Formats: sequence, C-alpha cells, structure tokens
Amino acid sequence: MSTQITDATLLDIHQRMVRIRIFEETAGKMMEDGKIPGALHLYVGQEAIAAGVMVHLSNEDYITSSHRGHGHLIAKGGEYDRMFAELYGKATGYCKGKGGSMHISNLELGMLGANGIVGGGPPIAVGAAFSIKFKQKDNVAVCFFGDGASNEGSFHEAANMAALFKLPCIFVCENNGYGEYTPQANHQAIVDVADRAPGYGMPGVVVDGMDAVAVYEAAGEAIRFARQGSGPTLLECKTYRYYDHVGVRGMGLSYRTDEEVERWRQKDPIMNFEARLAEQGILSADAARTIHEQVEQEVQAGIAFAESSPMPDPSTITDDVYA
Amino acid sequence: MAEAQPQPRELPYVAAITDGVRAVLTEQPDAFVAGEDVAGAGGVYGYYRGLLKEFGPNRIFDTPISEEAIVGLGVGAAVTGCRPIIDLMFMDFMGECMDEIANQLAKMRYMFGGRATLPVTMLTMAGAGMSLAAQHSQSLEAWICHLPGLKVVMPTTPYDAKGLIIAAARDDNPVIVILNKMSLAITGPVPEESYAIPIGEANIVREGTNYTIVALGRMVHEALKAAEVLKDLGIDAEIIDPRTLQPFDTDTVIASVKKTHRALIVHEAVRFGGFGGEITAQIQELAFDYLDAPIARVGAPFSPVPFSPALEAHYVPNADRIVAEVKQQLAL
Repeated sequence: MSTQITDATLLDIHQRMVRIRIFEETAGKMMEDGKIPGALHLYVGQEAIAAGVMVHLSNEDYITSSHRGHGHLIAKGGEYDRMFAELYGKATGYCKGKGGSMHISNLELGMLGANGIVGGGPPIAVGAAFSIKFKQKDNVAVCFFGDGASNEGSFHEAANMAALFKLPCIFVCENNGYGEYTPQANHQAIVDVADRAPGYGMPGVVVDGMDAVAVYEAAGEAIRFARQGSGPTLLECKTYRYYDHVGVRGMGLSYRTDEEVERWRQKDPIMNFEARLAEQGILSADAARTIHEQVEQEVQAGIAFAESSPMPDPSTITDDVYA
Repeated sequence: MAEAQPQPRELPYVAAITDGVRAVLTEQPDAFVAGEDVAGAGGVYGYYRGLLKEFGPNRIFDTPISEEAIVGLGVGAAVTGCRPIIDLMFMDFMGECMDEIANQLAKMRYMFGGRATLPVTMLTMAGAGMSLAAQHSQSLEAWICHLPGLKVVMPTTPYDAKGLIIAAARDDNPVIVILNKMSLAITGPVPEESYAIPIGEANIVREGTNYTIVALGRMVHEALKAAEVLKDLGIDAEIIDPRTLQPFDTDTVIASVKKTHRALIVHEAVRFGGFGGEITAQIQELAFDYLDAPIARVGAPFSPVPFSPALEAHYVPNADRIVAEVKQQLAL
C-alpha cells in the first residue's frame, strides 16, 4: 500500500460509521416499537465496510446493495430525512414510500438500490460496470453482498461475466458468518469466500471487516485495479452483525450464543477506531462525543421530518409502474 | 397495416428482425446487443447475421450462457443510461432468469418511486413446430403479462417484427418482444426506412361483420386460413391481431365484439390459464349484453410440448381446430 491515509480521510470514515450506527440503532428500536412498518435488516457491526469502501467513491460510481442496505446508502451520502421518510412509508421518502427498507435507493448518489432478493445485486452491478466501460468512463461499480448470497447462482454468473469482460466491478463480500440464521459452516464448505476468486480469474482478498483502515486500503487497491481496466476483485470482509437477521431481537431464535456476540463486540469497528484516532491525536474522546451528539440530533431531525410528512395518497398506487 | 410505399420490398420475418435491430443500433448510440451467440454466430436463427461486421464488438457481443447475468446486464446498464437489447435465445430459458425479469427489471422503477428508467428491449423466441420438444417450444406470454412494469409485444408479420422492435427500443420501459420460430420464413412487405408500430395498438387484419377472432402471434395466419373456410358457412370473421399483449388494446376488441356479437380467442400457449382467459374476461365485463354465444377459446392441450412430429402436429392449434371450435360453438 503506497498511499498514506490522511487525517481528513480517517475523520471522514469515522463520520460515516457513526452516521450508520446511530441511524440503525434508532431505526431498529422504532421497528421493534411498531413505529416503522415491515422488516429492517440492520447494519450495526458492519459499518467499517461501507465506510471504508464508500470513502473512495463519487456519485458517478455505482453501488448495488443487499437487504441490509441502509448502511450502504448512508455511507454513499443518503440523507436521514428522506431515509426515515421511506422507512415510515411516507410520500417524501426516497422511493415515495413504494420501496421501503428493502428497496431504498438514490440513483443521484449512484446507489442502485437495496435488494430484497439475496443475490439480486451482482448481475445488476455487472450491468452498471458494463455501462461505465461502454461509455468509456473511469468509474467503478461496487457490489455488496453477503456470505449467503455467495451461494446463489446469480453471483456465479455475475462474477464470471465481470471477469471475462474485465469490467470495473468490485465484489465486496460482507461475510458476517450467517446466511440468515444458518452459520457459514452449515452453508458452504469453505471458510474464505475469496477462495472462489481464482476460479473466476480475478484476485481474491480477505480483510478484517471490523477494521475500517484495512477495508479502506484493500478497497482502494481493488478500485485502482478496476479503474485501470484490469477487471474485478473479490474482496471478502470478515465481519459480524450485532443484531438479528431481522430487527434487533429478531424472532428470538437461539442460533448463536451471547458469548459469540460479545466476542465480536470487542472488535467494534467504531470503538476501536476512535481509540486509534485518540491515540494518534486526530480525534479526542470529547470531539468524538460531540460528533455522536450532532449525528444524534440529525437523526432526531430526520425522524421529525418523516413524522410530519404526508402518507402517499392511495390514488398513486399505480403511478410509477411505467415511464 | 399502413401501406407506406406503392411497392415496398418483401423480406422474410427473420430478415425483418435484423433490419429492426440494425435500425435501432443506427439511431441509438447508447444501444447495444448482448446475448448468447448473437455476435460471432449471428444468432442461432441467424437474425443478427452481419451486424457484428457492421457495428463492431462494442455494439453487439456474445455473453457466456448465463441468462440471469444477461438480464442483469440489461437492468444495470439501462438504469445507468444505456439502452440494451438483450437476447434470450429461447423463451423457455426465462426460468433461468425469472428473478431478474420479475423482481428486478419489472419492479425497479416502481420500487424506486419512479426514479429509475429501464429502457431494456428483450428479444426472445417462442413457439412450437420444429420438434424441439418441451424446453424449446413454449409460448409463455402469460407468465410475463402478469407482471406490472413490463410491456409485451408479439410480432406476427415481417412488417410488425421490424416496427415493434424499433418501438420497443424507443420505449423507456422494459419491452419483451416475443418472436415466433415458425414465422421466420414468412415473407411480407418491409419498408427500408425506420418506423415504429405504436405499442398498445391492435391490428385488424381482416374486417368482418358477424364473428370476431382474436389471434395471438403466428395464430393470426391460421385464423386467416380458417376465415376462408368459415366464409362458406356464412361466417364473415373479423380477425384482430393484438400485436401488443401488455398494455392490451381492449377497445379494439370490444368494438369488434359489439359489432359481431361472437368471439373466439386463439393462441399457441396452453389454453388453461392462458392469456385468452384474460381477453375472455374483459369481453364479458365490457360487452356481455352484446354476446350471442359463449366466448370460445382455442389453445394447446394441458401438457408439455411433445417431441414427436405426430404428437406436435396435434398439439399446436391450427386453422382446422379454429373452424371446428367455431362450428361447435355455433352448433353448425
């Protein structure tokens, strides 16, 4: 790794992680309290990945996301007010209340949507990457997906096609150890999803997904590789989700132990990152607290916006089906 | 059909498809063709032949045999500003890519609150008659007409094939163009210039006074043959080719039934649960009082498409079966 990470970039990554964490903690509580309808898949624990990757990208770079997509949108620049409005099903939401959590998107930011279908994103990311190449731009498309999705045929087809066409596509596997409620050991015979990369003819890299700097550096390398026309990379980030597959407490299933959750919490991407920034004199504990408070206020403002927004009118049900 | 020129050239359906795709690639710089064997081989039925030489490998290229990624390529490229033409070699292969068709392509605009535009044209080959058996012969239009967000067209003649492909590519919505393999050799007039047949407009192929036949795709040709036989029985059939199934031109069908008071729907697809059921329902909802007889439907039996020519010949509806159905309906 040749490029030195700047203080400004470190602070940027920190800000993005905190913005995801507080949004998700709040949204999760609201879902469990019945204020937000439907199902939320929370990103808490995985923040280092979205932040470490997205800090490299502009609005002209595309991402596809998964069912666990809020974090990706926030890291890509999503606004709290429009996001909360969408989660509430309000007319002022990013998708006018027609998509909700699982389809939240903002094309102006290059965020091509969360996706309710596991493995739905990779073929679309390939299409976006193709579009970049077709229009002779030097942007990239980043596909976020999980260890569970790595078993879908769509991922296989997409990875093969992206490598064959040397598309500027980065496959970021957020391996949180579980496909829904099934541990990785029970859903695939390998430990590292990145092992599959050579089979497609692309580099495979494994990084600590709880370490934003590690993610930042590995993503930077993969993005440079893609921008120079060398094709895709499979970047696997080892991570963990603190909450359940759905919501906070989820369905109360005993598929993992409290000890396991606690062990991962000790590797918390924000806590450890803040300790490192304090140690390096980049961000004091007080300054970090101030950032948390500011973000908390923004979250409350976003909720207020959502709550005061109108519900969509039933007469708009069949609008937006066709252009 | 508009007679644009006094003596337009005649082309087979297969060449009209090529002509349509050529027109799209010429007039739309953001259009490209992607699919299995489309470039080097020119398509398994040859309707992309010559286009690689003409437009080069950036505009038409072969993909791996990966239908889900092919459709995903279309979705992702379209939502980021391209106008892809995606080839799905056989309609039967929709099973391989139904998630991308049904859950991504059809729904993305709606799920995103109208903020995504998906100008994807998918060309796909349907129909029985070549002994290609159960997995290469189906007519599955009912699957996709049930999905809000998609448009579905079904060209019958060479003229329609070119005009509907161009219309599909100019449309800002996903349009699936269902081609018919037994129609490839059928010839007809095809103007040289680029022209679009409006999506959503049916074509009255034969005007008649006392019987309406709504025929889908290749069945239009069979209905025309049947009409000649029916003429001798005092039946003057009006034949409607919807050309577009989604959105469906209900008005043209209803106006015809109000005039003729009788209707029959014929399609190649399995009769049970076929698109003919939807047309039947619309007629009884909107023209019940005008009907002098129950609405008749002709379609394939409730079985997979058989391989043996002896069986397949009895599977696909034809003029004889249309005539027999009319006779039975009217107790002639």
